Amino acid sequence: MLTDITIGQYIPGKSIVHRMDPRIKILITLIKITILFLIDTFWGFGLFLLLVVGILLAAKLPIKRVLRGLKPVFFLVILTLVLHLFLTRGGEVLWQWGFLRIEEAGVFTGFFMVARILLLIMFTSILTLTTSPLELTDGIEYLLKPLARFGLPAGELAMMMTIALRFIPTLLEEAEKIMKAQQARGADFESGNIIQRAKALIPLLVPLFISAFRRADELALAMESRCYRGGSNRTRLHELQLKKSDLILFFLAVIIAVFISFF
Amino acid sequence: MSQIVIQDVEFSYRGQQDKALDGVDLEINQGEFVAIIGANGSGKSTLAKMMNVLLVPDRGSVTVEGLSTSDPDNIWQIRQQVGMVFQNPDNQLVATMVEDDVAFGPENLALPSEEIRRRVDLALQVVGMDGYQSHPPHKLSGGQKQRVAIAGILAMKPDCIVLDEPTAMLDPMGRKEVLNTILRLNQEENITVVLITHFMEEAGLANKIAVMQRGVVTEVAPPREIFSNTALISEAGLDIPEAVKLAKELQERGISLPDIMTADELVEALC
Repeated sequence: MLTDITIGQYIPGKSIVHRMDPRIKILITLIKITILFLIDTFWGFGLFLLLVVGILLAAKLPIKRVLRGLKPVFFLVILTLVLHLFLTRGGEVLWQWGFLRIEEAGVFTGFFMVARILLLIMFTSILTLTTSPLELTDGIEYLLKPLARFGLPAGELAMMMTIALRFIPTLLEEAEKIMKAQQARGADFESGNIIQRAKALIPLLVPLFISAFRRADELALAMESRCYRGGSNRTRLHELQLKKSDLILFFLAVIIAVFISFF
Repeated sequence: MSQIVIQDVEFSYRGQQDKALDGVDLEINQGEFVAIIGANGSGKSTLAKMMNVLLVPDRGSVTVEGLSTSDPDNIWQIRQQVGMVFQNPDNQLVATMVEDDVAFGPENLALPSEEIRRRVDLALQVVGMDGYQSHPPHKLSGGQKQRVAIAGILAMKPDCIVLDEPTAMLDPMGRKEVLNTILRLNQEENITVVLITHFMEEAGLANKIAVMQRGVVTEVAPPREIFSNTALISEAGLDIPEAVKLAKELQERGISLPDIMTADELVEALC
């Protein structure tokens, strides 16, 4: 049951977006997010939406899946809209009832904010949907490398992420085993209110944590005995290599970004 | 020349009164297959950790190919020469893909990526896991995981592999796979093997057995001699293998048999 959970949201594929270098993808995403916060016209948002749809089609992603990713922010979107509608002042008064008043500026900023949030999530989910966690980790490590000069342990951070990914399935499996063992002794994880259920989780979490620490200890020994000595001075089996197409796409993305920001 | 020389080593874990090792002497030669047996708490795992500088003796010395483990400058060279495989296959695999895990050691040695590629593929071939390069480790069986762990050590091109109860958590099939791999490494690749175990059948495969008891090596001899010394075995808190026991009883009743080490040999001799 628990082991069915997929790591991240990666959908494997062979499209042009999938095959892009993860570093370029991360950089492009950052640029586009910046642009998203500079846009303040309907034309700009329209063009951006066009861009997102274009990339979705190029990546052959199921649109439904991307839209489902918007669900968790639904409440935030509504709240933003309502607050802006009633609280932002400026321009013509469009509607009034008692002390409630909607003004022109409120409508504009409200809808712009909503468009921003939705597009932001759609764009970043393209990144996580088309890039495997492993590639993401590699990409982040390379991009953080320059900061190593200022004492940021980029290699170690990437190692931590890799190990976390490696142990998610192992720990899930273990959690399931402990759960069954406790259920066999009469533990009840399913009934009662939220507080009772949270309390019922303690006999699951304590053994899980203890075993995780033991695993960590053994893993550290095994890593040390295989000559691991921190992040610097390591080479990689898979070196990330920039392809010509990556650079072309990157410049294309920059040009599009500049173009959109003019509207 | 002896590859690993352990001389009068004493060691106690922090906060513990009893010495885990209390004057251990042992020599291991290049190309040998040595089994170390002993009851729980006899110090055999501690001794194993001495061989690749995971622990350093309080007194006495451990030298690997002439390099003392007490000198911090030698640590990385010794760890490259003496690889170590642990008991729990899950807790020694680092990466989310088999090939990345095997590459972990060579990556730490800062080798160029083409060289790493070559070593990874070769090591996986040697342990019979070719074709599993892009499998996630958690989808493998215990025996397969342990063989991947061995491949990870092989890719560092060690002269010696120390295995600390590598089959303790495996089913009989997995145990067989791992033991066959170990034997092949010893015989075909001429790699020194130190096998820590409490399975007497496994120890019977070695060239020589070191028996440990309360932090001391009490006897070092070929399996035949060890297994015929029933007093020594039972004093160390161990049992001789069933096949050896049965063969002995048969011999006592006048059935002529050669010296038997394993069940297979007994079957061979009787049928």
